[in-house]
Amino acid sequence: MENLTLDREKLTPKDFSSGMDVKWCPGCGDYSILKQVQTILPDLGVEKEKFVFISGIGCSSRFTYYMDTYGIHSIHGRAAAIASGVKAANPELDVWVVSGDGDAFSIGGNHFIHLMRKNFDLNYLVFNNQIYSLTKGQYSPTSERGKITKSSPFGSIEEPFNPSELALGAKASFVSRTLDRDPKHMQQILKRAHAHKGTSFVEVYQNCPVFNDGTFFAYSDKETKKDQALFLEHGKPLLFGMNDDKGIRLDGLTPVLVDLNSNDFSADDLWIHDEKDRTKANLISRFFDTSFNGTYFPRPFGVIYADERPVYEENLEHQIEEVETKKGKLPLNLILSGDKTWNIL
Amino acid sequence: METINDLPEKIKTIKQVDKIVVRFSGDSGDGMQLTGMQFTDTAALAGNDTSTFPDYPSEIRAPIGTVAGVSGFQVHFGSTEIYTAGDSFDVLVAMNAAALKVDLPRLKEGGIIIANLQGFDKKNLSLAQYPVGVNPLEDSSLENYIVHKVDITKHTKECLVDSGLGIKDIERCKNMFVLGLLFWKFDKPLDNTIRFIQDKFSRKPEIADANIKVLRAGWNYGDSAEIFTMQFKIAPAKLPTGTYRNITGNHAAAIGLIAASEKSRLPLFLGSYPITPATDILHDLSKYRGNGVKTFQAEDEIAAICSSIGASYAGSLAVTTTSGPGMSLKTEALGLATMLELPLVVINVQRGGPSTGLPTKTEQSDLLMAMHGRHGEAPLPVLAASSPSDCFETVYEASKIAVEHMTPVIVLSDGYIANGSEPWRFPSQEDLPEIEVNFLKVANGPDGKILPYKRDEKLVRPWIKAGTKGLEHRIGGLEKENETGNVSYEANNHELMTKLRADKIKHIQDFIPPAKVDNGKELGKLLVLGWGSTYGAIKTAVKECIDEGFDVSHIHLRYINPLPKNLGWLLYRFEKVLIPEMNTGQLLQLIRGEFLIPATGFSKVQGQPFTTAEIKGRIIRMS
Repeated sequence: MENLTLDREKLTPKDFSSGMDVKWCPGCGDYSILKQVQTILPDLGVEKEKFVFISGIGCSSRFTYYMDTYGIHSIHGRAAAIASGVKAANPELDVWVVSGDGDAFSIGGNHFIHLMRKNFDLNYLVFNNQIYSLTKGQYSPTSERGKITKSSPFGSIEEPFNPSELALGAKASFVSRTLDRDPKHMQQILKRAHAHKGTSFVEVYQNCPVFNDGTFFAYSDKETKKDQALFLEHGKPLLFGMNDDKGIRLDGLTPVLVDLNSNDFSADDLWIHDEKDRTKANLISRFFDTSFNGTYFPRPFGVIYADERPVYEENLEHQIEEVETKKGKLPLNLILSGDKTWNIL
Repeated sequence: METINDLPEKIKTIKQVDKIVVRFSGDSGDGMQLTGMQFTDTAALAGNDTSTFPDYPSEIRAPIGTVAGVSGFQVHFGSTEIYTAGDSFDVLVAMNAAALKVDLPRLKEGGIIIANLQGFDKKNLSLAQYPVGVNPLEDSSLENYIVHKVDITKHTKECLVDSGLGIKDIERCKNMFVLGLLFWKFDKPLDNTIRFIQDKFSRKPEIADANIKVLRAGWNYGDSAEIFTMQFKIAPAKLPTGTYRNITGNHAAAIGLIAASEKSRLPLFLGSYPITPATDILHDLSKYRGNGVKTFQAEDEIAAICSSIGASYAGSLAVTTTSGPGMSLKTEALGLATMLELPLVVINVQRGGPSTGLPTKTEQSDLLMAMHGRHGEAPLPVLAASSPSDCFETVYEASKIAVEHMTPVIVLSDGYIANGSEPWRFPSQEDLPEIEVNFLKVANGPDGKILPYKRDEKLVRPWIKAGTKGLEHRIGGLEKENETGNVSYEANNHELMTKLRADKIKHIQDFIPPAKVDNGKELGKLLVLGWGSTYGAIKTAVKECIDEGFDVSHIHLRYINPLPKNLGWLLYRFEKVLIPEMNTGQLLQLIRGEFLIPATGFSKVQGQPFTTAEIKGRIIRMS
């Protein structure tokens, strides 16, 4: 791939801007995501015409119109299914799905889980703002219990999805989380997602300044970030807190909060993040919404799970080659005649 | 009873007949479909014209011996041209009491019943809900028929007593006894079926041997048993010269797609979700991996069509196959494909509806849905196949229209022709019309601008394959500005685009053949106008009526949207127009609406195809 781009001029983020007026609300987290995506694309070593962005319906899904790449702004919930067809038809295309929490997990829930399972080599971004914004403020499948919205004036009575847990349950091969207000982190995760061979699920916490303002600020504001967010790195201990003085230790299959100031434990005793460990990834994904002996843990960001396994379109191409080698390509005239014919004279 | 081996020489007569209808009827597990198909293959190979009608329940194994579990296979074969599977049968093979109960009403007076004795024991009679003590084989209720009671189970067991096979395997061979017996009855050779058995059980030679042995025993039984004294001989049909094969509608559709893919040099992509009676197209195409066919069994009907839309954007000949309920689920995506103006072939193998309806039975009730079943103004070409082999041409034509006119196209088939079969004088690759595909290679607007919705003289936009250098562009479900394809909410633009999308479809009229009279004169008293799978019944009825001196003609439509240009002119040349349909009058509405003529409908919604007699009766009444 790298070689192919040598004789071409180096692309810049501007090359990926379609020039259409961007019409998200002022202060919308989507602007940051658009910017980070446009920033990293030139660095991926992929020819521009290979990029295809497929989106569904919702604020997030207007994304495709703003990218100067191939793209389809499709129908609600179906981007994953359309992307499957694009990638199966032409594995050389570099496919990105852009979706929101309603689009991906509500109306598109079935396609989401099956895409994770089938494992096409593509990237699936969900802009999670925990609210339906384009329809002006109803609770979404990721809204917290008790959420007051226009369609839940007395509070939502529904249990929300935990997207990374859902993706893991659906056998995703890459599960990650980042947030709009941390551009550097987002760029890193987007690059990791692209480098991963298989379906890369990136949940982006995205602020909706109109209908759900400030929901995720605790994970980016200086005063709270260190205590409430856990930034994962492969091979590094699970460490957080204002002075990096809190850690997480694993006692059997139970995570335990550890105070590193207490002298009982040192950083060496902590849980070392292993992206390839599915069981532990599942525990991490549940840190913030599951009580472990009364303790809740901070919100994890970064790559929660990544382990490559065969991808759909390669298996498909491989099978085609295999059958062709074994049985040969049937000439059309033989297909038309079948193997039993007779003559009328 | 005598055993097979010690029967005396007997005297037999051979009678020449033109055509015969045989109905194989038994429990779902009795192998009637396979038996019927083997019989048909052999008849076809012997040069008979054939038409078949598999008629089975939607349950895989309904309770054994009950009326609900009866599975039938009807074959009409003859030395003259055959267009339907037959209104009634000459021979009924009844493997049990339930089968007799279900199918006796359609056996001709004086017809032959071959009854499997064991299927009429106390238990089976009770399961078929005959009153206690009543056995139709033993009272006088069948005295108008010729009844052969054969202890098929016993003969099969005797034949395989030394085979070393278990009782279950032995019982499974009994349909071969029936088949052998029928081959004797109609003077057909066994070799085709023997080859089939050897192939099917190539890894289980003991099972193959057992089946062949029983098949031969059935033939020998007919040849030597006293009760069978008459054989029928059906000479080869005088069909147009050429090479033939037997084909079902679903297989014809599958290979029609492969042919279209090869002729257009486009890779074939099928996104599909299993649904009766369309699934066989998915099965068939899955076998052609070696030819690069990409079949994608999607997670649901919506994903099936959406993945196809994606594949079309990436430059494949994209197809989705389904039946009624699946079609309902696909409607939103079909609207998207219409808006995007991407080629897509949608095959709807219709079945009885609404809702789950009659999954294994036939109906033509999705026509108006095909025409109008999308929100907004979303016109699409609609084509209908008229017979099993016609599914090939119709699907090929649909593919050609889809890629040459940049539009989704709906093909309507139905359960009757999808599963039914007929001999087909198949074309060769060289006979097939070319399919022209021109992907846009360079920007088509001024100053290197890309105009994805700039139309040619046919009002067709360019197909731009994702991945083409320098032609990056976005398309979407929002209304788009003329030519640029950019999002536009401008009032007059929306009206213009609505009109352009409609005119593009209307324009296809210039590229399809005119309607022509299939049978009869181009001017007269009565025209029977049909579409889809009613072809055989209408053709036979009209032919017979003309022979009997009635002034009647027949036109059959493949292109329903747009209709052939000359159709109105033709319709106005008849005093009356009769439209028989397996629905409550859907084409009728379209024709009345389009041409303002007082056409008369004739509807049947029983999950069963029209009989020739029904249509004939209506023609005579209207004449």
